[in-house]
Amino acid sequence: MPARKPHDQSGQRLLALFAAGLLSLNFPLLALWDHPVTLAGLPLFPLALFGLWALLIAVLAVWMESGHGPD
Amino acid sequence: MLSPTLVLVLSFGYLLLLFAVAGWADRRAAAGRSVIGNAWVYALSIAVYCTAWTYFGSVGRAASGGVWFLPIYLGPTLAMLVAWVVLRKMVRTARAQHVTSIADFIASRYGKSPALAGLVSLITVVGIVPYIALQLKAVASAYQVLTVPLATAVPAPGPWWSDGTFYVALALAGFTMVFGTRHLDATERHEGMVAAIAFESLVKLVAFLAVGAAVTWWLFDGPADLFARALADPALAPLLRLEQGQRFPFAQWFALTLLAMLSVLLLPRQFQVMVVENVDERHIRRAAWAFPAYLLLINLFVLPIALAGLMHFQGRPVQADTFVLSLPLDLGWQGLALLAFVGGLSAATGMVIVEAIAVSTMVCNDLVMPLLLRWARVARRAELTGLLLAVRRGAILVVLLLGYAYYHLAGEAYALVGIGLISFAAVAQFAPALLLGLYWKGATRLGAMAGLSAGFAMWVYTLMLPSIGKSGWWETDFVAEGPWGLALLKPEQLLGLTLLDPLTHSLFWSLLLNVGLFVGLSLSRAPGAAEASQALLFVDAGRGAAQGQPVFWRGQAQVADLQALLARFLGPARANRLLAEHAASRGLAADLPLPADAQTVQFAEQQLAGAIGSASARVVVSKVVQEESLGLDDVLRILDEASQLRRYSQELEAQRQRLEQATAQLRAANERLESLDRLKDDFMSSVTHELRTPLTSIRALAELMVDDADMPAVQRQEFLRIVVAETERLSRLVNQVLDMAKIESGHAEWHDSELDVAAVLRQAVHSFQETLRERGTELRLSLPVAGQRPLIRADEDRLVQVLLNLLSNAAKFAPAGKGRIDVRLQVAPGALTVEVQDNGPGVPAAQRELIFEKFRQGGGDAHRPQGTGLGLPISRRIVEHFGGQLFLRADSGQGACFAFTLPFSDNPTPAPPEATAGAKGDFP
Repeated sequence: MPARKPHDQSGQRLLALFAAGLLSLNFPLLALWDHPVTLAGLPLFPLALFGLWALLIAVLAVWMESGHGPD
Repeated sequence: MLSPTLVLVLSFGYLLLLFAVAGWADRRAAAGRSVIGNAWVYALSIAVYCTAWTYFGSVGRAASGGVWFLPIYLGPTLAMLVAWVVLRKMVRTARAQHVTSIADFIASRYGKSPALAGLVSLITVVGIVPYIALQLKAVASAYQVLTVPLATAVPAPGPWWSDGTFYVALALAGFTMVFGTRHLDATERHEGMVAAIAFESLVKLVAFLAVGAAVTWWLFDGPADLFARALADPALAPLLRLEQGQRFPFAQWFALTLLAMLSVLLLPRQFQVMVVENVDERHIRRAAWAFPAYLLLINLFVLPIALAGLMHFQGRPVQADTFVLSLPLDLGWQGLALLAFVGGLSAATGMVIVEAIAVSTMVCNDLVMPLLLRWARVARRAELTGLLLAVRRGAILVVLLLGYAYYHLAGEAYALVGIGLISFAAVAQFAPALLLGLYWKGATRLGAMAGLSAGFAMWVYTLMLPSIGKSGWWETDFVAEGPWGLALLKPEQLLGLTLLDPLTHSLFWSLLLNVGLFVGLSLSRAPGAAEASQALLFVDAGRGAAQGQPVFWRGQAQVADLQALLARFLGPARANRLLAEHAASRGLAADLPLPADAQTVQFAEQQLAGAIGSASARVVVSKVVQEESLGLDDVLRILDEASQLRRYSQELEAQRQRLEQATAQLRAANERLESLDRLKDDFMSSVTHELRTPLTSIRALAELMVDDADMPAVQRQEFLRIVVAETERLSRLVNQVLDMAKIESGHAEWHDSELDVAAVLRQAVHSFQETLRERGTELRLSLPVAGQRPLIRADEDRLVQVLLNLLSNAAKFAPAGKGRIDVRLQVAPGALTVEVQDNGPGVPAAQRELIFEKFRQGGGDAHRPQGTGLGLPISRRIVEHFGGQLFLRADSGQGACFAFTLPFSDNPTPAPPEATAGAKGDFP
């Protein structure tokens, strides 16, 4: 039986990502994107929401597929 | 508008296809080639989260509230960020405890409490039936959109026997019965059903993306064009902003996110596909990101479709909920409209099937069976498998009919979105008991019961009743005025809290009361033995090996009783097979009687739990065995023993590793000793050989002189001279062997002092001058300019020894009469180098390193020079002792060039003044 790692750093990393996601998708950080501007013809606010969302998924995908996280 | 026959044929054809997919997966599973043992299938099955509510309702919501449809999908994404931590723990625990539903999970955590299981089941049924109704309603209205001309009044549903939706509900019940309750499985897994759900997830995603892409690129000129036109419309532009003309209600945004975050784990169908149907916890890794990615994809075109619908149907009374269908239909894309309909059908049927299985399992195990088992006639029945299956199937039918009844009576009154959120808020009440219970050992049954009851009551009062009231069944006075006119008790503004919208308001009060009572009552009284033991199994789930899990049971049992009990619920054949497997897993011979100990009792109970739920299993097992009730002390003692066992095995493992390390070290040491021993033997034989050569010649000459008394004096003198020379060689050899031994053993004495190497060189060369002149060899000494000769720290005698050794070697190999030796001193940063070069034959490449070994001499055996073969090895040791290196320059041109380096001492003192006089000069 392998000894447990003293600190489950990778589990904590997921929790940190969770905290980052919760903060960036709520008040007041979400309000930062609320401007009547378009980017490549797309309105900024929905674009930012989907962009943040995709970013979270991408980071999680890289971590999960590269075997991060406690065993 | 399409022909009703076409739509009906298509719908039933699609259901048949589902049957085929599920049947195929079941056959594959039976053949041992499971299709659901795949992380992608697992991720797709989790997408059962996207129901008709997503498929049709998101667009409806986006058409009125812009981005407000998103929190329902952002919440699950956040939850999945920690899925590898939280969901994995749930999966592990559920597997270890043979949990079959969320009610079972919560009841099992709090000491397998039947009351708690019943309460959770009840909340689920009440909370979920409207949600099922919503799916039926979605199918019904989708059918109408396709078959009734747009923007005409939709006919009210007829009596139930002539309502197509009723038959849809029956068909779904049939499908669910076939693939959900075909047999009683101790793990409660349904391969065929999961495969069908994953297939449906794929269908609805493709259909929705197809509609979105068609609208965006056919109706409009791409997303930029679509958004530009929407932004130009002052009525639509605010939909693309956060604050739509008013202060943004962030509390509601957060509440929706939180609600969806909890629901994705706690909705019965999500628990079913994510926890119960999980076949391999590693699948969570892929699903954790693939499911959120699915959510993102299926929501990508929600805004474009909503905006396109609003712009296209401007002024016409077309419901935004139906844009996914009505847009392609109105544009004449009939094939696309049919595809969109099939997608919606997928979303609705997938949800209904899984939800019905999950809810019927709870209803059967946690509501019906406990009552039936109390009934003596049932409890005595020898065979209960058939009864169990009948109850399951009956429960499925009842759940679907309840859903239909709700739809038929109330469905028309309320928009799709509202119903879904009400169900979400109901299951959110499970969060404290389930999630906190996974991490907090102090949580008790009393706290869970009270928290759940209060939260549920609050939900009923602040959300359920007002929504029924608004649907027109009820006097709405109590919503607007409060019961009996008491304004403080207004369900949507409790205690005068007017800041929050109804949903946030309800969620806040219900969760506040729920968590408050749960934590407060848990703290007020220590958990009992049964709760404490289950708490340990849940909170510490996955830590340590399965064998190390403590078994909290004590008492007396008969294996025959347990076997009979298993046979009654699972059938005799399965019971025998399970017990045989259990015996084998414990390493017991199959023909010996199984010991009726705690492990066997626990095994039987877990198998039963898989069939009838942990609470019921606990009840029936306790009836056939004599149990001693465990006190908290006993639980702690058992836990102690188990953890001690685990500690022992860990210590054993550590000991073994230490032993292996020690063995490896010993082996290495032994190998080194053996090689040293070999070296010593070689050395001894070399020394004796070297000693024998002069001894032999001395002895031979001495014998000659003894035998021949008349030897001429001149010859005798010559012999004696040779004897003396050989003796000198002998003593030199002995001295060098001793010297070498002293240096190697570290017993040599060193008298280190600050030296000027140039002075030492001059002295050594001077003392060797005579020998060289005899051989006609020329010697040149090159020294660097003064001031560039920092001091080194070394033993002067030893340094001279090295120099003389190199000089005598050079002299030996330089050709007689025209020999030349160059001695050079060079200063480099950090060290100085002394080179001694001769113009002899040089050293062959093969011997460059050999000559530094003991008793190896250069020049080959043919003209073996005079010497002991120890000079260079000793010199090298000496130089190494001073921190430098002695080596043979490979690129020295003609002859051999030996060089050694000497590092400067740490604090060099300036060269003595008189040395400046001896600037670079040549010695003759």
